[in-house]
Amino acid sequence: MTSSIDVSLGEVAASLVLVALGVGLSFWRRADLERDIGIAVVRSIVQLTAIGYVIQAIFDEDSLALVFALIAVMVVFGAIQARQRARKVPGAFVPLLISLAVAGAATLGLVVALGIFEPEPRFLVPVGGMVVGNAMTAAAVALNRLGDEMHDRAREIEATLALGATATQAAAPSLRRSLRSGTIALVDSTKTTGLIFFPGTMVGMLIAGADPTDAVRLQLILLYSLLGSVSIAALLSTTLAYRNFFTPAQQLREPPEPGAGTAA
Amino acid sequence: MLFDLEGVDYARAGTPVLRDFSAGLREGATCVAGPSGSGKSTLLRLLNRLADPAAGRVLYRGEDVRERDPLELRREVCLVPQLPALLEGTVADNLRFAAGLGDGEADVGRCLELAGLDESFADRDARRLSVGEQQRAMLARALAVEPRVLLLDEPTSALDAVARDAIEATLTDLRRRLGISLVLVTHDIEQARRLADWVVRVEEGRAVAAGAVGEHLGA
Repeated sequence: MTSSIDVSLGEVAASLVLVALGVGLSFWRRADLERDIGIAVVRSIVQLTAIGYVIQAIFDEDSLALVFALIAVMVVFGAIQARQRARKVPGAFVPLLISLAVAGAATLGLVVALGIFEPEPRFLVPVGGMVVGNAMTAAAVALNRLGDEMHDRAREIEATLALGATATQAAAPSLRRSLRSGTIALVDSTKTTGLIFFPGTMVGMLIAGADPTDAVRLQLILLYSLLGSVSIAALLSTTLAYRNFFTPAQQLREPPEPGAGTAA
Repeated sequence: MLFDLEGVDYARAGTPVLRDFSAGLREGATCVAGPSGSGKSTLLRLLNRLADPAAGRVLYRGEDVRERDPLELRREVCLVPQLPALLEGTVADNLRFAAGLGDGEADVGRCLELAGLDESFADRDARRLSVGEQQRAMLARALAVEPRVLLLDEPTSALDAVARDAIEATLTDLRRRLGISLVLVTHDIEQARRLADWVVRVEEGRAVAAGAVGEHLGA
């Protein structure tokens, strides 16, 4: 399953032609995306180059402690980034931090415990990065939806509380929809993988000259690991965060405006 | 006294809604009347602890509501909001959900009948009913909890005159058959006269008058 490929800076620079094409199209159609594309390109170069050196250093040191430190940093930055998408959720940072940490730890712990990967930096670093990244996206989407739900359905939730329901019972429909929002993108892409798109790991391995069977098997392992981590992150983040919308007396902290909304 | 409010202050987003509000609400049917924005709906939410006052006390049958378990209190003092807000599913699903909150089983047919709906509504999609039907379904859902007091926030504000008259007849019938007390918010003085024995008038967050309907509103 080992293979290698040399990629020159010239080849990377050549790929920027496609970015230039995108910028040109944006300019032509006045989509006003040129600046954002430029920022994305610069950030990707800087961030990936930097992480490339960090990963190289960790591989050279062959230290599990450094692996955990790197993943911990990813979890913290992931939680900070996801919080931007969860602005309507009060106190979202701690639930995000816990959900990303648990999703990462549980997924990596299981793949090592089940003997799928050796506990070595060259496995744990890339898999950890994918797991935390996908968990971050799932938790951010789930909490974004939860914030919208709790705001848009405040009347329905308070009407349920008014019958003597607990906060958990009143929020349950919104929690279900938020959880579904957080996980559905990966579930759908897993359903269509190999038919509509080829996932990145498989593509990378094929380009690097790996046997297609090996590439597919590794991709399946990663997809299943990601499905697990994404489910954990979405479930845990919404389960921990929804309570912040309620007081200990099972009241909405931000009740609906009197007479707000329209009759159905 | 069913409820006593003593020097209640309540603000929303820094804006005072109720100011040093003091009034008594009697057993039977009490109407809280006043212009829009005077704090009537907020007052109802304080009665079953959907909100707590910043200052003052709300007493239910002589006991501070903050001493009560909020869930038990809300099952005993059930609020029906101004606009319909039913859960996804059938009307019967909504009634069974409400009854299950108190570990009971819904007598769907009876609750529908009390709310003026026939049994065919049980299997109807709750969110596809007309506004008037949804108001009745909300009432039926509240009755499934078997409350002792119903708090009704402008129960006919979205209805035409025919539907309004039907809901009013249902409420009068409920009082007679179940003996439950009603606290009814309305800006319609005529409705207060038709439905209530006691009236509390609210203006700009304060109780400005209280008394028997006949004395305050005339016959």
